[in-house]
Amino acid sequence: MRIAILSDIHANREAFAAVLKDVEQRRVEQIVMLGDIVGYGPDPEWCCEKARALVEAGAVAIKGNHDAAVAVPDTAMNITARRAMEWTRPRLSPEQQAFLSALPMQHRINDLHFVHASVNDMQDWIYVSNEQRAMPSFRVSDARVIFCGHVHVPHLFSCDMVGRVQEQRIPAGASTLPLIRSRRWLAVLGAVGQPRDGRALAAWCLYDSITNELTFHRVPYDTGATVAKLRGHGLPESLAMRLLMGA
Amino acid sequence: MRVRPQTGLDIDGFTLGEKLHEGGFATIWEVTHPLYRTPLVMKVPKILDGYDGPTIVGFEVEQMILPRLTGPHVPKVYGVGDFSVMPYVVTERIPGESLLVRFRDAPLPVSDAIELAARMADALHDLHRQHVIHLDLKPENFLQRPSGEMVLVDYGLSRHDQLPDLLAEEFTIPMGTFPYIAPEQFLGARNDPRSDIFALGAMIYQAATGKLPFGKPEKLRGVRPRLWRDPVPPRALVPDMPDWLQEIILRALEVDPAKRYQTAAQIQFDLTHPAQVKLTARGLKQRQDGAGVVWRRWWKMRGVKGFAAPVSVQEQIGKAPILLVAVDLSPEMEALADLLRQNVQRMLVTQPDMRVACVNVIKTSRIAIDATVDDEGQNLHVARLVGLRHWAEGIDLGEERLTFTVLEGTDPAAAIIDYAGHNNVDHILMGARGHSSTRRYLGSVSSQVVAEAHCSVTVIRRRGADEAAEPEAAAAE
Repeated sequence: MRIAILSDIHANREAFAAVLKDVEQRRVEQIVMLGDIVGYGPDPEWCCEKARALVEAGAVAIKGNHDAAVAVPDTAMNITARRAMEWTRPRLSPEQQAFLSALPMQHRINDLHFVHASVNDMQDWIYVSNEQRAMPSFRVSDARVIFCGHVHVPHLFSCDMVGRVQEQRIPAGASTLPLIRSRRWLAVLGAVGQPRDGRALAAWCLYDSITNELTFHRVPYDTGATVAKLRGHGLPESLAMRLLMGA
Repeated sequence: MRVRPQTGLDIDGFTLGEKLHEGGFATIWEVTHPLYRTPLVMKVPKILDGYDGPTIVGFEVEQMILPRLTGPHVPKVYGVGDFSVMPYVVTERIPGESLLVRFRDAPLPVSDAIELAARMADALHDLHRQHVIHLDLKPENFLQRPSGEMVLVDYGLSRHDQLPDLLAEEFTIPMGTFPYIAPEQFLGARNDPRSDIFALGAMIYQAATGKLPFGKPEKLRGVRPRLWRDPVPPRALVPDMPDWLQEIILRALEVDPAKRYQTAAQIQFDLTHPAQVKLTARGLKQRQDGAGVVWRRWWKMRGVKGFAAPVSVQEQIGKAPILLVAVDLSPEMEALADLLRQNVQRMLVTQPDMRVACVNVIKTSRIAIDATVDDEGQNLHVARLVGLRHWAEGIDLGEERLTFTVLEGTDPAAAIIDYAGHNNVDHILMGARGHSSTRRYLGSVSSQVVAEAHCSVTVIRRRGADEAAEPEAAAAE
């Protein structure tokens, strides 16, 4: 099965649409969204509706910290995120709010495990950005491949037969990486709607369960349009700069 | 590993036959599969009881890399086994022994050593083109197909530029085979394709002299001296070795990767164009450097941590391409030839490490006696060479990166395509004559080259050169 995995859409309509268009051209059988459909970006209604339509058509969506913050304000969020959330909340219809709060925290497909932040202590929204933080997920889950988002910077970790966790280099370009079966793997995806790895391109991943290969894809989108909307709505300028710089 | 390999074992449809080889880290078995008629072999790592890190990681690396490789210079993969049952890789069986057996007879006759070296370089370039640095080149890792091509095996230490490098994460000690390991690889670098060039140089040295250039160190410490101590010049061991071959070997064995051949294709090119190898002090030296020189090198190298590596294998190959320029020397094509030269000069501005092979084709007749075998033909050949050299005046490249070749053939386009294929040419530059109806019906040399060559082709055309139809391929009459 060919699975498209998208994370951290963050109400960025242009990026979300560009990724979906790319996904459409790659014979994908299943879409999984790893959470944070809303937050930061200027198009929460559209992104929410689109995600809901995809779920109705068979896609899977799980809950991210921003999705959760719509119903229950999150005091741990930074000031920019909170300001954007206060702007977002009243724009969402009761149905959209219900859709977000009903999202599950995790999803399993055979030996694959999908979460927003980490498998251990899901409610704590841990940033899996190094080997120490990846280790507990491998301990808690028995899945062969774990997929997370939340960090907005792609990472790849392997856990070998004796349980040593090592970060693996992700080569530049849309390279296809074999997730060899002698190890377990944890892939942290880049963000669709707010990349922070220095490349202002929407990120998504394709996992093929037959060939057991993971491909990191990057897609250009009209950052100018998204930024103009952010500014038009008076959202924090730092959010606009982030999209332009991809950092 | 729950299952151990033994004759008669059935696994994933493969049936194990006799054990063909038992090495330090793996056993090789003859296997059959009802679907495949090709003779197959299975390689199974010898994993010690408990956790055997290096062997496992090496095998994981091989399982990642091998299935992605294609072409005649790598074994074709038929199956990969899971560690949870029994790890293995099944590939086609290359008949015959590895070069290890051949190397037992070293020193080989010089001509055999040259042919072997050119074939090894060809295989290595193919591997580099597929983004892989082998990092463990030695005679036992070369097999030869009955058709002549060398096949590279054992990717347990290799690095694929577009895959995670499991070994870099795993070990901090340098890995490789001591007699052949390059200085920078000894210092821990795993990202320089020129490390393979060094190992290849050591193998050519061995094939031609019967000796290893840096002896057979038993301990890691014994590898370090190659950072400052130069090997005995091969001609001091084999007096009838040509100086150009020593030049090639010692250039491949330079300590600083930047001073070596930059691609395997360039070694191959020199091995097959000996008359045009530019000789330096390297090719002529008779004995090892004196104590003073060695001491100065030691002083310089004693604290060295590494050498600058290229960004990627692809970038390294792309930086030093081989350009073939097919030059038409007929008088009426002078203006086009000038234009061709200007284009070469312009390309050299952006690609200063490019190597330029100037080629002219003498068209031989399909029937009757070839004019080229008699004196007149010999004169024609020489005249064309002189013409090529004259044409190239003004191309500012060192002698060693500019070569001249006159080809002969009934079909000029086929001769150019064939030469480009055999010499790993990256780009062909040639002129097109003007438009004419004859050419439109019969097809031109350049259009045939564009259609059939395996590399990029740039065709230069003079604006407004629509002169009357020339006889086809006057380039080559």
